[in-house]
Amino acid sequence: MAYDLSFAKEVYKNAEMGHWIKMCMQCGVCSGSCPLGPHWEFGPRQLFQMVRSGKMDEVLQSDSMWMCTSCYNCIVRCPRGLPITHIVHGLARYAVVKGKVKPNQVTARFAKNIFWENIVSTGRVGEAALTMKLYFVDGLAQGIQNGLEMKDSALGMLKTGRLNPLPFRSKIKGFAGFEAMLKKARELEEKREKGA
Amino acid sequence: MKEYTFYTGCSSEKRASAYNMEHSIQSMCAILDIKLNEIDDWNCCSASIGYAGGGQLPRMALTARNFALAQKQQGSKDVVATCAACWLALRETNERIHEEPEVKSDLNVALKEAGLSYDGSLKSRHMVEVLIEDFGWDVLKSKVKKPLKGLKVAGYVGCQTNRPFGVCGDSFENPTYLDKMIEATGATAVPFAKKVACCGGALAFSENEKSCALVKDILQDAAANGAEAIVTPCPVCQLNVEVYQGKVNKLFGTNFNIPVLYYSQLFVLSWGGSWKEAALDQQVVSADALKRFA
Ligand code: SF4
Ligand code: SF4
Repeated sequence: MAYDLSFAKEVYKNAEMGHWIKMCMQCGVCSGSCPLGPHWEFGPRQLFQMVRSGKMDEVLQSDSMWMCTSCYNCIVRCPRGLPITHIVHGLARYAVVKGKVKPNQVTARFAKNIFWENIVSTGRVGEAALTMKLYFVDGLAQGIQNGLEMKDSALGMLKTGRLNPLPFRSKIKGFAGFEAMLKKARELEEKREKGA
Repeated sequence: MKEYTFYTGCSSEKRASAYNMEHSIQSMCAILDIKLNEIDDWNCCSASIGYAGGGQLPRMALTARNFALAQKQQGSKDVVATCAACWLALRETNERIHEEPEVKSDLNVALKEAGLSYDGSLKSRHMVEVLIEDFGWDVLKSKVKKPLKGLKVAGYVGCQTNRPFGVCGDSFENPTYLDKMIEATGATAVPFAKKVACCGGALAFSENEKSCALVKDILQDAAANGAEAIVTPCPVCQLNVEVYQGKVNKLFGTNFNIPVLYYSQLFVLSWGGSWKEAALDQQVVSADALKRFA
């Protein structure tokens, strides 16, 4: 059976730091160093080999890369100097671009729909809105239950002045320029992601 | 007086989760005669999960804008961050700008839309690098008025203040700077095998129980080594290990009650600052075990 190299080529060209995957020698130090390793369906080592063997859907639909805590353990240990953290982030992002992320992938939903949207709507994170949106991501009833579960932590933060109870926050002063800048960056990024 | 450009970051704002860090750092800087000039109108750096929504350029544009503002407002002064993720974002963006001319030009095309530009020349530093490199251990020790004698502390360096860049050439596997900081206040740094273990980072939001399992191991190791407090330079480590302690206790039937502090809080207290100046009244897990030094 011949390997289909089209997916690998696409990843090398279009995904952030994807070309580095060529350099992997499959030693497994990265997977063995990963704090959430036991929860990864495929560790970084295996993901990289799957890219090379053309398993597009298995890679992009996997929960694995969404388990990365960005701890950079793998990066400092990889004997071949691969920027593994960034490759894993790149694959996660590429899954978003290709529309392959499972709709209920909780970290993807949080990072993309809640966290990123939170930043780009004002220029700065509003922690209260962030937390609330996360709790209510599965609807009102689940949201109230989630909120109650974390009640002690939230109350503790409130009492010590480390949580703003008002979910509203105003935009940064230069918001118009900020928005225009992001729009342009988005355009340039899309070209890369499409491999243009 | 030493002056730096300061990138505050979202979690250090008033009424945000790391305000205890920011407050104690300001007190620490007052004692050291450091002036931190906040970048006016800075924006969030998107921490370590901006990749999901932004991809690479929009994500780096966030940080490039902060650099551009810093350069415009403060000239060539070093940009100092106190948050691990902010520091990382600054370092990474600078690195990519230096190594990839295309990234540099694309970022400037985007910045132009905001009437800004950035040439990549600013140096970004973590506050602990400033303490170690610009002041040094002798100065830090000479400030001590109330040595924290007998206080046993586990130095929790965590991930992002250690990797991938490291602080002052320290080891990734066994960094020593934080233990040295603890000892500089007169306290005792206990052996702590989990000093560079991961707390789950931003996954504490979305994969909370998995993150709690990591936090449990960290607490367990600190407790087993007799630590009365955990000290960290990182706002995510601080938050995860402190705020989820109750949840960890529920999940695992444990009974942890260990205050999780910032190095700046230890310094301020040992340098004669008040409980309030050290922001020790802003802890979710009470720091009362340290009252004997106040
Ligand atoms: S540590 Fe590096 S070389 Fe080894 S499997 Fe992981 S990416 Fe490949
Ligand atoms: S940075 Fe991500 S992939 Fe690398 S060891 Fe940490 S969690 Fe695993």
